[in-house]
Amino acid sequence: MSKKTDSNSYTIIFSVGMVLIVGSLLAFLASYFKPTIDENKRIEKQQNILYAMGVNENEEGSVTFISKDVVGENFSKYITKQLVIQGGAISENDQAYLIDIKKQQTLAKEGEDRQFPLFIGEKDGKTFYVAPIRGKGLWDAIWAYVAMDENMVIQGAYFDHKGETAGLGANIKLRFFMDDFTGEHLLSDGQFKGIDVSKSNNDPKNEDKMDNQVDAIAGATITGDGVSAMIKSELRNYVSYFKNLKTN
Amino acid sequence: MGLLSKKDAKLITDPLTDNNPITIQVLGICSALAITAELNASIVMAVSVLFVLGVGNVVISLMRNIIPSKIRIIVQLIVVATLVIIVDLVLKAFAYELSKTLGAFIGLIITNCIIMGRFEAFALGNGPWKSFLDGIGNAVGYGVILIIVGFFRELLGAGTLLGFKVLGDPIEKTGLYAIGYENNGFMLLAPMALIVVGILIWVQRSRNPALIEEN
Repeated sequence: MSKKTDSNSYTIIFSVGMVLIVGSLLAFLASYFKPTIDENKRIEKQQNILYAMGVNENEEGSVTFISKDVVGENFSKYITKQLVIQGGAISENDQAYLIDIKKQQTLAKEGEDRQFPLFIGEKDGKTFYVAPIRGKGLWDAIWAYVAMDENMVIQGAYFDHKGETAGLGANIKLRFFMDDFTGEHLLSDGQFKGIDVSKSNNDPKNEDKMDNQVDAIAGATITGDGVSAMIKSELRNYVSYFKNLKTN
Repeated sequence: MGLLSKKDAKLITDPLTDNNPITIQVLGICSALAITAELNASIVMAVSVLFVLGVGNVVISLMRNIIPSKIRIIVQLIVVATLVIIVDLVLKAFAYELSKTLGAFIGLIITNCIIMGRFEAFALGNGPWKSFLDGIGNAVGYGVILIIVGFFRELLGAGTLLGFKVLGDPIEKTGLYAIGYENNGFMLLAPMALIVVGILIWVQRSRNPALIEEN
């Protein structure tokens, strides 16, 4: 006994109908939510940049951004300049924080001059230079906002990731890992050395800030190596800016 | 139970105990291994699966008489994928912080064999209300195991629960660490999840010998 749902023509009509319905439903929802989602991403970028330079609502052990409602005004209050460094030329651009680092990295691969955004912030009389960087973790992208002083000593950092393993690689966005970077020197004897996420650091309380090393996370070797590589390859590009800063 | 008939109630309670999706049917093991290093992630995954399985079972059940049997697995996949994408979009728009925490898990729900298993084994042959109860029951049964495994892995592996240092500080050597206790980093790796699930299966079967298969 064959049911009408077994026939080939029914199957084809059903699949076409289903594809149409599901496709248009998802397309409609995606475009309907897109402005809200984009706005959320924009706010998040501002929150991340401010977080790195210490404008946040952290309590002991927590990672808390300043609230969505005040982020806009705080961003214009603390961030005094947004620079774009491209092929040796420096220009100001107050939308620089929206520059997509991933796109810039692809441009560089194609042999073009990429843009390096740098956000200059002032807080309590101190000047912070916040650079956005992006690299690869174990599963997917990792990125960070690193706040430095004029000697390329890290003043704060915010790390994030797309899909690192929960409890392991995903811990790069926890305080115990991010806070270790504060005070670390990126230079060693005037040369850029970066910071190694090292298993053999032997400095669990991170008291040695000159060693260009922070403690690795157990079970997150590849994510940690990704962080080291990202810092080395991306922040290197800002060295000449800081050198010029000193000579001028 | 006044609200549910005896048969309906069984749909919810069975998966919690004698027909648990993880410990008896051995479904959904992949996510039980992957995300239980932290209690928080386990809870989030449990809630997400609860939603997707509850709603998905109802949708499939409503469609059960019009789905062509030749392509039913594909139809089931499309339903799960659509639900998951909708959840992801809504979270991104209205609960951005939460959606960042969920991140990878949302996508992982699609691959959860419990969902396809319940669609295929139950929702295709039963009405929407029964399917809903079955979905909720199985998702809770799955979630409970996830939370138990996550509890032990985070406690013994990192010395924390939901991020709180419940056993003291391993670096400052306070609490339990003052008397020489050490975290077992092995608990954070996937093999230990399997061993914890194994222990749960052992405990369950020794309490109820009827579950033990004859050789």
